[in-house]
Amino acid sequence: MNRFLLPLGAFLVLLGFLFVGLKLNPREVPSPLIGKPVPEFTLPQLHEPAQAFSPRSMRGRVWLLNVWASWCVSCRDEHPLLVEFARSHPVAVVGLNYKDKPGDAQAWLAQLGNPYTLSVSDLDGRVGIDFGVYGVPETFVIDKQGVIRYKQIGPVTTDALQGKILPLIRELEQG
Amino acid sequence: MRAPAAALLAILVALGGVVGAREAVPTAQDPVAARRSVELARKLRCLVCQNQSIAESNADLAVDLRRQIDEQIAAGRTDAQVVAFMTDRYGDFVLYQPPLKATTVLLWAGPALLLLLAVLVLRRALRQQDETPAPAPLTGAERALAARLLRGEATAGRDEAR
Repeated sequence: MNRFLLPLGAFLVLLGFLFVGLKLNPREVPSPLIGKPVPEFTLPQLHEPAQAFSPRSMRGRVWLLNVWASWCVSCRDEHPLLVEFARSHPVAVVGLNYKDKPGDAQAWLAQLGNPYTLSVSDLDGRVGIDFGVYGVPETFVIDKQGVIRYKQIGPVTTDALQGKILPLIRELEQG
Repeated sequence: MRAPAAALLAILVALGGVVGAREAVPTAQDPVAARRSVELARKLRCLVCQNQSIAESNADLAVDLRRQIDEQIAAGRTDAQVVAFMTDRYGDFVLYQPPLKATTVLLWAGPALLLLLAVLVLRRALRQQDETPAPAPLTGAERALAARLLRGEATAGRDEAR
């Protein structure tokens, strides 16, 4: 009897590992940027290309950076949530319009609504690389000191918004 | 029937060659820089198509990252600096060969530990086999029974009880 106990135990441990592995998402690569200062950049604004935007101007405020593009299908999924969020919360949402044509991007916002305080055009995706973007959409929560506190990979969902993003924003605004 | 199929196959193979030839076109002019660029790109995982390196992948992000590598080499950065640029943004996950640190010790030492464990188990099993006492020699009655069984005079089992 005893001689079967050890292999059975080992098998159960393996089963446990495999079971946990089933639920992990290999596409969600944890960002090394969490807890680091937001990368500096200066980019033209989508609606007023003559004006530049830099994250430095957001010091002292908690804000969201949402990476989006008009060619991105999942951005359409999360868009109504962002519009609703912008309507009901005074938190600034900056859009990083990633590798998009400004004309397409403006038409997309005109059609679906514009939840962004402002959007900036990252035409060649360089700023996206600085943020470790490897898919669109992605959303960053940035605190008053300009430190990235959270990264949502993929569309913002109601669960993520209610469970993580909103509580974090509330906490950060206290501090 | 066969000829069109063969022609189609030939076209597909030719197309495959064309498509394959588009992979990893080095944009740097200097051959040494180009070789460095490709070697670096081979070490880095493409995050969009995770089982390909940046050198193999044609995903937009891989193309952008290859451009980054080229630019940084042209700017005189060392290989280590280029790799650090990537891991600062995308984490150790982009490295096909993860660095040895506290969180990856198990990954590196795991195979050796498993081998050690297997050797220990094998040694214990062999020792147990040695310690099992040899069966006691047969008694006279058992020998007689075996002899009768071999001659076919008796059936195995409860002979003595009869």
